[in-house]
Amino acid sequence: MPSTLHSDSLHFDLVTLSPLILLAAAAVVVMLAAAFYRHPRPVMILTLAGLVLSFTALFLPFLPQGIAGIASPQVTALLVLDHYALFFIGLIVVATFVVAVLCYRYFGGDESRHEALYILLLLAALGGAVLVASSHFASFFLGLELLSISLFALIAYPRFTEHPLEAGIKYLILAGFSSGLLVFGMALVYAQLGTMQFVKIGAMLAAPDGALELYGLAGLALIVTGVGFKLALVPFHMWTPDVYEGAPAPITAFIATVSKGAMLALLLRYFLMAGAHQSQSIIFALSLVAVATILVGNLLALLQDNIKRILAYSSIAQLGYLLVGFLAFDQLAIEAVAYFLTAYFVTMLGAFGVVTVLSDGFNGGSAGEFPDAVERDSDRLADYAGLFWHRPWLAGVFTAMLLSLAGIPLTMGFIGKFYIITAGVEASLWMPVITLVVGSIIGLFYYLRIITVMYASGPEAAGEAIMLRAASPSFAESVTLAALALLLIWLGIFPAQLIGVLEGAGVGLT
Amino acid sequence: MVLAALIFIPVAGGLLSWMADRWHPGAAKWVALVTAGVEFVLTIWLWLQSASAMALPAHGGWLAETRAEWIPRFGVSFHLAMDGISLILVVLTAFLGIVSVACSWTEIQKRVGFFYFNLLWTVAGAIGVFLALDLFLFFFFWELMLVPMYFLIGIWGHENRQYASIKFFIFAQGSGMFMLVAILALVFVHYRGTGVLTFDYFDLLNTTLSPSTELWIMLGFFIAFAVKTPIVPFHTWLPDAHTEAPTAGSVILAGVLLKTGAYGLLRFIVPLFPEATAYFTPVAMVLGAIGILYGAFLAFAQTDFKRLVAYTSVSHLGFAVLGIFSWNPWSLGGAVMQMIAHGISTGALFVIAGILQERTHTRDMQRFEGLWSVMPRLAAMGLFFAIAALGLPGMGNFVGEFLVLMGLSTSSSVLAAVATVVFVASVVYALALVQKTFHGENKHGWQLHDLSSREMATLFSMAAITLWLGLYPQPVLNAAPNTVNSPPAIAVARHEINVE
Repeated sequence: MPSTLHSDSLHFDLVTLSPLILLAAAAVVVMLAAAFYRHPRPVMILTLAGLVLSFTALFLPFLPQGIAGIASPQVTALLVLDHYALFFIGLIVVATFVVAVLCYRYFGGDESRHEALYILLLLAALGGAVLVASSHFASFFLGLELLSISLFALIAYPRFTEHPLEAGIKYLILAGFSSGLLVFGMALVYAQLGTMQFVKIGAMLAAPDGALELYGLAGLALIVTGVGFKLALVPFHMWTPDVYEGAPAPITAFIATVSKGAMLALLLRYFLMAGAHQSQSIIFALSLVAVATILVGNLLALLQDNIKRILAYSSIAQLGYLLVGFLAFDQLAIEAVAYFLTAYFVTMLGAFGVVTVLSDGFNGGSAGEFPDAVERDSDRLADYAGLFWHRPWLAGVFTAMLLSLAGIPLTMGFIGKFYIITAGVEASLWMPVITLVVGSIIGLFYYLRIITVMYASGPEAAGEAIMLRAASPSFAESVTLAALALLLIWLGIFPAQLIGVLEGAGVGLT
Repeated sequence: MVLAALIFIPVAGGLLSWMADRWHPGAAKWVALVTAGVEFVLTIWLWLQSASAMALPAHGGWLAETRAEWIPRFGVSFHLAMDGISLILVVLTAFLGIVSVACSWTEIQKRVGFFYFNLLWTVAGAIGVFLALDLFLFFFFWELMLVPMYFLIGIWGHENRQYASIKFFIFAQGSGMFMLVAILALVFVHYRGTGVLTFDYFDLLNTTLSPSTELWIMLGFFIAFAVKTPIVPFHTWLPDAHTEAPTAGSVILAGVLLKTGAYGLLRFIVPLFPEATAYFTPVAMVLGAIGILYGAFLAFAQTDFKRLVAYTSVSHLGFAVLGIFSWNPWSLGGAVMQMIAHGISTGALFVIAGILQERTHTRDMQRFEGLWSVMPRLAAMGLFFAIAALGLPGMGNFVGEFLVLMGLSTSSSVLAAVATVVFVASVVYALALVQKTFHGENKHGWQLHDLSSREMATLFSMAAITLWLGLYPQPVLNAAPNTVNSPPAIAVARHEINVE
């Protein structure tokens, strides 16, 4: 860039980058605060404030006048903060906010020393935000590692308890393995094309004689595999139920939403910018993966008796549905994926939020300090027997979330599924669309099973010992869950505004 | 606006009823009754208003219309409209709403507020289905009414309620998903042809489709409607759901939800896909005729009172299917008549079953016998509605079945002859029902209260309507053929050419 403009454009770049910078700064401030004043409450409030600031900064490019209006979204070759990225960063920041609120009581409130958790959460959110904004293999990998490494620690945060530790180690091995595949894939693509920028890869492939040769194709396949592990697509899904079950409930919500959502947003950007959707073999493979993911996710969910495992398989299936929209690769596909992901975020946060609220959590992060700490979350189906009759609001929220996952009207899940099917039908993806329909029918069964258990009364409920412990939700938790449920229904009935935003987000990518 | 109010009243009434139960136990049913009453009065007022308009189909048969933007991205609008057929089905729904509140008055003792909430929301969803003329909106209501019905069966149902409620939901929702794909396929075919993305019924009416596409899309719609109507072999959810549901649930299921399927055949399948329908008509008619006989034969093999009545529904709705697919003024009038009359008479039989169940805690007909001596009023009512169900002249069902057979004989006299056989079978099951339950000696020593005045009022009003439908069916028939003369008229014309 010309040197006379250098300082100005640097200035603009900083403004453009401000959401990411604020997230990073928040992590540092929270770390310093925790070092000098070890009390979770101020630390959590600082975390939330950082997230709010970062969220506000997302709107800078939309200011009608001033420098922000003319700043270019591309910041160096590494990052691009276009509307697409801004939308997903917003989603990630809000989800992190919700998770942070859910963590507070769960990890022992003001009596325990769980400040480090918030630093890790902020770093993981930063990693996710870098991922969705990356336009280069280097930033892709950087964001991914930041996200994954924070996640190992988050999953195993109650480190004296067996299940989270086991889950953490599983996730560590898996993440290391998939990162290895990814890096190797990137190297192979680089070996053929000599560039790591998505746009340049796309331009080279779009040239008359440009097509992926063996190296590039193998590289792309490895990248898809690596991402497939993170997204828990079949056949790379084996880790999901174990990690979901073992991880503390609010962290499970984080893995299910932020980690998967950021990866999928990145993958879609990569496919569109780098022209990977021109490769017929990859598309064919992805269609097969989508079909397998939907069927396997739904069928295996039928066999589970543990809510977290059911939700894990359900989230596998939901990602399969997402792939159906994804495969359309046009403006409608971007909107469909973005809407469905938003719905999925709200729903999964709500569902795991209910599990969190019903669980005692880990007091102080060490069973040694509190020997009576319960070793598991309230995640067995039997824990939910007759829930509607003694905790009607909580059961109501959970019902709304499950119906949304099943795609029933009045919820965002319905509009999301409608959007996905629309994108699929428009692109004439008949096989995946029919699989989606069959999958949703199978899926109904296990969602209804949970709902039926919650509304059971009389002999069915009395037969089971009601396991629910006395944990009563904190005010912040109640407000969060209520807000999620209201959002779910509001955007399920009046989706037009959100759709308007999404239409803007897709511009320029296709 | 009045159409939106028709949907909004039960929605608001349901919420109010739920809340009222918390403030003042016992208030919920009154709120629900007032809501259903206001709804019914409104629909009757609409009918009186439009009686003259229906006699002169000047506006193409459409009596009222509301349209508002909803999701502009997809060309989805909140488009409601009412013609004669919608009107009478809405009146039926509102009336059965009152009946179902009345028959739950003492039956439902726990979670009363939530019960009436679900009941009124089911009614709201069904009314939405009858009024929606945007395919997205139609699908929205179509799915929406399932959830409260699922809760009605799953929470307040009888012994095997969980199985029945899940089966009902999976059948209905699953078949609905195929319809959603078909709707989208239709919309995108239209979009490719015209460049306009819309879900509006009138815009989609004239979509040009290649024969095979048309057939596939039509089948997507058909499966959803066939499950609801129900058409054999998609009926297996019905006996379970009807039997296990609480009385009000059975009344609404039989009286209203099944009609949404037949209504869908009438409103969407034939007008939207005239060629495919012409091609498919023989299959549908044979399925309808099989349903008539199969339902009747299975009915007299039952020992469970409600299950017997449930199978008669399969049989009766078979006539509606035959009538719709014959598509001529007689058979269509007959189909509509059959839908209304079946709603009333079957609803009444379920009310009777509910009264028996509430007093005796059983539905097993082998444990009844000789109830006439202890409950003469109930037994008389039972006899009346059993006779109505078998199609005795002078009652509504007879008019419906007669008109359907008359219309059918012009296109397929063989099928008409086959369907006529059912008059023997229905006499057998109806009289078996009466004999096993009411006649004979009171061997089991039942000591039961006869009908209370609330129950008498409910059943008397239903009996009066059945007689009115049988003796002076013209008001209903006035409303029905208008559908034939309005937009689908094009379809009719094309269809008739094809048949010839």
